[in-house]
Amino acid sequence: MAFRAAVITFPGSNCDRDMAVALERASGEAPLRVWHGDAALPDRLDFIALPGGFSYGDYLRSGAMAANSPIMREVVRAADRGVPVLGVCNGFQVLAEAGMLPGALMRNASQHFICRTVDLRVENARSLFTAGYAAGGTIRIPVAHHDGNYFADTETLDRLEGEGRVAFRYVTNANGSQRDIAGVLNSAGNVLGMMPHPERAVDPAHGGTDGLTLFESAIGALASA
Amino acid sequence: MKVRVLVSLKPGVLDPQGRAVHHALEGLGFAGVDDVRIGRTVELDVADDTSDAALQDMCEKLLANTVIENYRIEKLG
Repeated sequence: MAFRAAVITFPGSNCDRDMAVALERASGEAPLRVWHGDAALPDRLDFIALPGGFSYGDYLRSGAMAANSPIMREVVRAADRGVPVLGVCNGFQVLAEAGMLPGALMRNASQHFICRTVDLRVENARSLFTAGYAAGGTIRIPVAHHDGNYFADTETLDRLEGEGRVAFRYVTNANGSQRDIAGVLNSAGNVLGMMPHPERAVDPAHGGTDGLTLFESAIGALASA
Repeated sequence: MKVRVLVSLKPGVLDPQGRAVHHALEGLGFAGVDDVRIGRTVELDVADDTSDAALQDMCEKLLANTVIENYRIEKLG
């Protein structure tokens, strides 16, 4: 069965092609490309990816403008129907701004843009995105962001942890994120936002392929559904 | 009608920018600065009959992120 994925491009997205390459590598199918101003998503989607970048030049707040673009209303509807949605970096910021995930991504505590490969601990290996990883295992994935400092109030953080919705944590806190959180799931488990870039770790030439497992997990989850 | 919206980080939310500016002020020799918090001002020119509820809605939906920010609406007339 063909894997039908879509990558959404906003003005200022810059990891959309990388995301498309990663999805094609994992599935063998080139994903569909969707522009932010499109009124509708392609039908029968199996997966939606919101890529990294600097949508709308990070005007107002990172992700705030993209979260209110026409296509996001459709992405919200698709997620409500259970379509898996992955937001990476700016895509995570968009999901948080759209209210699809709790919390907010603030300026890094160091004030610096960080760009390096980091160790992540897989906290939840049961989600459709993470089933291919070993629970508690460590993976290496690049980060590249200025606004990745995850903030939520104590009650929300407790709830996320209690419900197993922290997907990944930084082994060494990279940006000041509360409780070292690098990626979170929605309550239904079909929306994942993460600051690190799995699409930048899908080829040995990237220095590692730990990111490929995430895409393969999602494809595997669909095949077994 | 001119309206000014002041957006500020909630108390307790770390403001790395404010901290860096605080540090810089100290470096310049300004004593007695206890804290620095950086916010944002949005100036709107809206129809005179714009309701308070509509202004509040603009803040909640876009101008402020209420997870981390408070806002105050000032009508300048």
